[in-house]
Parts: sequence; structure tokens; C-alpha cells
Amino acid sequence: MKSMEYILEPWPWYVSGPLIAIVMFTLLYFGRTFGMSSNLRTLCAIGGAGKKVEFFKFDWKSQRWNLVVVLGAILGGFIAHYLLSNPIDIDLSEATVNDLSTLGFDNAGKSILPPELFSWNAVFSIKGLLILIVGGFLVGFGTRYAGGCTSGHAITGLSSLQLPSLIAVIGFFLGGLIMIHLIYPILF
Amino acid sequence: MGKYIKFFLVGIFFGIVLVKSEAVSWYRIFEMFKFQSFHMYGIIGTAVGTGIILLLLSNQLKLKTIQGNLIKVPLKASGLKRYIIGGTIFGLGWALCGACPGPMYILLGTGAFSILIVIAAALLGTYVYGVLKNKLPH
Repeated sequence: MKSMEYILEPWPWYVSGPLIAIVMFTLLYFGRTFGMSSNLRTLCAIGGAGKKVEFFKFDWKSQRWNLVVVLGAILGGFIAHYLLSNPIDIDLSEATVNDLSTLGFDNAGKSILPPELFSWNAVFSIKGLLILIVGGFLVGFGTRYAGGCTSGHAITGLSSLQLPSLIAVIGFFLGGLIMIHLIYPILF
Repeated sequence: MGKYIKFFLVGIFFGIVLVKSEAVSWYRIFEMFKFQSFHMYGIIGTAVGTGIILLLLSNQLKLKTIQGNLIKVPLKASGLKRYIIGGTIFGLGWALCGACPGPMYILLGTGAFSILIVIAAALLGTYVYGVLKNKLPH
């Protein structure tokens, strides 16, 4: 079947982008707002952070729907990776593969994540562990400070033409460019 | 229980799209910040373009949510500092570990369990923001 082959191939950007917009719009139709990072705050609240810190004192039960979206997303990741994908490499640009090789990342695109950072060997080295911890910390801190992440600001905020979201997205790229162009050459 | 099923289905769909689009890949994020491929810009660009059209249409047609209210996006508080500083901090982390909050969860489903360390650190980062919130410029 031809259509099944298209599903098993990687999806082009002009299919994926509109589908993400449909996710956003469907949640609005359900009376909710697309925002993945809010779940981090909710999980902190469930863990009891509200006993000590005002910011986490809110009715987290009203956010259960979003945790259900997360559970679905995890299952969706499983389905897409194990049932809906032909095992093929990510079609990265040649320049990217070369640049990564210079930084010490071999076999770029042969897996979703680079084993140089995410394999258990890497994770159990001091440097590898620090990269994941610092990276995750900055994401969690920055997203709450900015009041949203890629889903809340870049997709939902820009779609509704909100200036704060545009400023936040400029920040996302400013930080990303600094990391890749100025800090990576020192780290790797 | 029943009222949550639709959110579960939306989540499954979201997870599938982000894996199939390769937006969950660390490599794609690196490539994006190197400006070496249009792929990620195409995804974000067409997502926002489609989103703008859907929201304009629903405004024109006065579409309602399942609760019967007009569909509208809650407004973000106005401000500058929190968005540019917070956004930059987020971007630094996004590029370092190659995952923003959505992909973090989705990657778990693909069997990348070391992402749990990133998730735990992101929870800590969120907690520390909550502690420092009133001392930070917003």
C-alpha cells in the first residue's frame, strides 16, 4: 500500500508543521491551551513543592488533563518509533555531518540522539552527566521564567500574534546560537 | 476517566508527529542553530502559518469550544525582561541537550531513558525558578 509507505518514511516539514498546528487548535477546541512546560510546574506541585514555595501553591488537579497529554505523547513516541518507522538515517545536511565530526560526534543521524551524549557510557562520565543536568536545568528554569516553551510561545503565542511570545522566541534563538556557536567549540 | 481519553489521543498524535518529523532529534536542533537545513524552520514556519489561519478562521466563524465559549488564546502578560532573559536561558539549555519539554517526554517513549536525567534536571530548574521568582526581574 502506497500510503503506508509514506507513513513509514520520515514526514516532510510541510506535513509535520500543519499537524502540530492542528494539535494546538484541537486543545483550544477542548477549552485548553497547548503548553508542555507547564507540566514541569504541575509535577513540582504534586511532589509537594507548594508546601514551601508560593509559586507551586495552585490547584494542580485542574492540570491533570495536560499530564494525560504527556502520557499520550510518551505512547505516541513509542508507536512512531517502534511501529511506524522504517529504520533509516536522519537526512542531515552534509555540512552538519562534517561539523559534528569535527566536534567529535561520529555517525551523525544514525540514531535519534547522539550516543556521545545519551548512551549510558556518556551519561556515567562527569562531563556527559553535567551536560544533561545543566541543559535540563536551563530548560526548566528558562521556560518558567519566560512563561512558556516551544509549544506555548513559538507555536501558540506566535499563532495568536502575541508580542511577548515573539520576544521569547527571539530569546530562544539567541540562547541557542550562543550555545552552538560560542560554547560548543569550548565544550567539544 | 472518559473525559481524559480525548487528551490522551491528542498526546499520542502529538508524540507521533514529533517523532516522524524528526523534531525530537538532537541532531536536527543542532542543524537548525547552524542554519544548515530548512527542515526545522519549515516545521515551525508552517505550524505557525497554519495556526494563524486556523485562529483567524475560528475568530471569523465565531467557533466555540466544547464548553460553549468562543475559542481564544489566553494573552501572555506584557513585559520584556522575563521574555528575553528567560527565553535566552531556555535557548541555551535547548541547544545544549537538544530537547525542549515536549520532546523530553516523547523521547522516553522511543526508549531513550537517559533523557530522564534531563527531565529531573528540568524539574529542579523549574523548582529553583519558583524559589527565586520574586527576586528576578520580570
